[in-house]
Amino acid sequence: MAKMNMLQAINDALDIAMAANEKVMCFGEDVGVFGGVFRATSNLQQKYGKDRCFNTPLVEQGIIGFANGLAAQGSFPVAEIQFADYIFPAFDQIVNESAKFRYRSGNLFNVGNMTIRTPYGGGIAGGLYHSQSPEAYFAHTPGLKIVVPRNPHQAKGLLLASINDPNPTIFFEPKRLYRASVGEVPEGEYQLPLGEAEVLKEGTDVTVLGWGAQMEVIDKAVEMAEKEGFSCEVIDLRTILPWDVDTVAESVLKTGRLVITHEAPLTGGFAGEIAATIQERCFLYLESPIARVTGMDTPFPLVLEKEHFPNHLKVYEAIRESVEF
Amino acid sequence: MTTTKYKSVYTPVFTDGSEYHIPTLKLLKQDGSLYKGSKAPDISKDKALRIYRAMVTTRILDERMLGAQRQGRLSFYMQCTGEEASVIGSAAALNDADMIMAQYREQGALAYRGFTIDEFMNQLFGNEKDYGKGRQMPVHYGSSKLNYMTISSPLATQIPQATGYAYGQKMAGDGHCTIVYFGEGAASEGDFHAGLNMAAVHRVPAIFFCRNNGYAISTPANEQFAADGIAPRGFGYKMDTIRVDGNDILAVYQATEAARKLAVEENRPVLIEAMTYRLAAHSSSDDPSGYRSKDEEAVWREKDPILRMQNWLTKKKWWSESEEKELQERMRREVLETMKRAQKLPPPPLESLVTDVYDEVPPLLNEQFEKLKAHIRKYPNEYPKSAAHVQGGA
Repeated sequence: MAKMNMLQAINDALDIAMAANEKVMCFGEDVGVFGGVFRATSNLQQKYGKDRCFNTPLVEQGIIGFANGLAAQGSFPVAEIQFADYIFPAFDQIVNESAKFRYRSGNLFNVGNMTIRTPYGGGIAGGLYHSQSPEAYFAHTPGLKIVVPRNPHQAKGLLLASINDPNPTIFFEPKRLYRASVGEVPEGEYQLPLGEAEVLKEGTDVTVLGWGAQMEVIDKAVEMAEKEGFSCEVIDLRTILPWDVDTVAESVLKTGRLVITHEAPLTGGFAGEIAATIQERCFLYLESPIARVTGMDTPFPLVLEKEHFPNHLKVYEAIRESVEF
Repeated sequence: MTTTKYKSVYTPVFTDGSEYHIPTLKLLKQDGSLYKGSKAPDISKDKALRIYRAMVTTRILDERMLGAQRQGRLSFYMQCTGEEASVIGSAAALNDADMIMAQYREQGALAYRGFTIDEFMNQLFGNEKDYGKGRQMPVHYGSSKLNYMTISSPLATQIPQATGYAYGQKMAGDGHCTIVYFGEGAASEGDFHAGLNMAAVHRVPAIFFCRNNGYAISTPANEQFAADGIAPRGFGYKMDTIRVDGNDILAVYQATEAARKLAVEENRPVLIEAMTYRLAAHSSSDDPSGYRSKDEEAVWREKDPILRMQNWLTKKKWWSESEEKELQERMRREVLETMKRAQKLPPPPLESLVTDVYDEVPPLLNEQFEKLKAHIRKYPNEYPKSAAHVQGGA
C-alpha cells in the first residue's frame, strides 16, 4: 500500500497497463513529454517511448477516430480528451462508431480495447467549459461502458478494468479530486469490477446514491443527517452504463427511500433514468418520492458556482425531506 | 518549435495556390492503346484477368441488384457503375492482407478480394448467413477474412480510423498498409481533415483514395468546394499527392502501387484523387435526371472504364469475344440463381437483436429481451420472422 492522490493512482494504472501489454498506447493533446495538462501521463513517454505515448494534433474527432481504428487493428488505445467539455467534436466517432462497431459488423470487428479518459466536473472555477459532466449523453448509447471513480484506490482498479474490458469504455475522472483525494492504493495490478455498484455504508432509513466526486458530497451530507438520527445507506454507482439495477433496487426495497445526486443538470440527467427504473422495481415499497439533487438546468456558471452546485447542504436537505415526507 | 524556413516579403502578397497545377496521370486511351510516353505497369495476364473479371462481376451484380430493388425484392441498393477502375485498380495494387476501409460504393474491391456472390447476396438480403446478422441496410458489407472493414453509413468516419488502423500496422511492423476510400463530398467532413493531418504528423502507412465522381447525391463538385478538387489539400498536410484518371485502370494501378511503396517502405501516407464519374444514381432512392443532363452522362459513358480495359486486353490478345460472352452469361446466371437462393434463407435468429451490443448481454438488456419474447409469444402472428424462435418457452 502507498499513499497516492488520484492523479498518481491513474498514472500508476497507465504505467502498469503499458508495462504489461506493449499494445497499450496513450495519446491525446499534450499527453506526451509534458505528461498531460493534469500530469496523468507523466513520465510515460520517457519510459515507453514516443511511439506508445504521444501528443496528437488538437482534434478530438481525430483522436477518437484514430483510437477506433487502432482498437479495431488489435491495439489497446487509451485516448485522453483533455476536458470532458471538449468531447463533443468526437461525439459522432463515439456514438456512431465506437458504440456500434461490434454490432454493425456482426462481431467481425470490434473496438472493445479502447478506453477514453477524460476529466469531468465542476468545483474548480472552470466556468461553462471546464466543468461539465456529460455522462448522460453517452448513457443513452448502447454499446458503451461509462465508469466514474470516487477515490485513488477506485481510480486505479477501475481504470485497469476499463483498459482490459472488451468493450469501449469512457472513464470520467473527477478532476476536482485529482489532487484533493488522497488515499491508500495497493501496489501492482488489480482490477475492480465494472457494472457493479458498491454499498459503502449500510443504513435503514434512506438510500443515498451518487458517483465520482459526488461521493465526497454525500459523505458530508450523510454525516449531518446521521447526527439528526437518520440512518443512511450510501451507494457508489461506479458504472453508469450498464448500471447495476439490482444493488440499488435491493437497497431501496429495504430503506423505502432514495436520494440521487449528480453534478449534471436535472433535466435528462442520469438520475431521471435511475428514478424511473427504481419506481418500477420498488413502487409498493416507496415511502417518499425519489429525490434528485443535481446541478440546475443552466450552463455551468462561474461566479455563482457554489449556488448552482448540488452541495452537501442540498443533499442533506433532500435526505431530511425524504425521511420526513 | 518549427523547422520551416520563412521567406520575408515587405509588401502584402497573397496566394490562393492557383500557381500550382496538379496534373492527371493517364496511361490508357479509350481504344486500349497507351498514351505516347507512358508505360503500362507490370501486370501479369493472370492478374489482369482477375481485375477484369472483378470489374465485370461488379457491373453485372450492380445491374441485376438495382433491377431486383426495382422489383421490390430489395429495400435499397447502390451501384459502383463508372467507378470500377478506380476501386478495383487500386485494390489490385495492394497486398490482399492490407486493410480496406471503404465508404460504401466499393463493392468492386471486395469482389476483387474474392467475396463470393453468395456472400454479397446474404448481406443484401440480411438472411441468417449475413456476417452482419441482418443489422445493416444493403451494401454495408464486411469481411474479416478478406480484410475489408464493415461499412458504416456516416460519411468520412472511416478516414481517421484508417489513420489509427495504419498506426497499429506500423507498430506491429507487419509490412501492411490501409487504404481508405471516400468521395469528394465526404472530403468536406471534418473527419477528412482530422484523418489526413494526423496521418501526416504520425507518419502512418495509409493511402487516402478519393473517388472524385463529380456528385454528392445531387450536389455537383463545384458546389462542394471552390478549389481545384481534393488533391491540393494534400499540400497543406505535406502529404505525397497524386491525381489520376479514375477510368484508366492502368493509371490507377500504377499510382496506387507507387503509393503503397511510399506508405509501407517509408511510412509516408499518400493522397490519391481519382477523377471519375458516378454513371449511376447515388442510390436506388435517387433520380439524377433532376440535377444533370443525359448529354453529360453520355460523355462519360464514352469513357467507360470496363470497355477501356477490355480494349487493352483484346489488343494484348489476353481476351476474346467468346471469353467475354461466356463470362457475361455465366455471371448473369450466377447472380440470378444465387439471388433466388439467398432470398429464401430465413432471417437471423431473434437473439441477434441483442447480441454484440457488448461482448455479453447486460442484465437490463436481457430483461428487455425476455419481455419481448413474452410479447411475441402473445402475438405470434404479428411477428412472423421470429415467432418460431420463441415457441415452447414459459
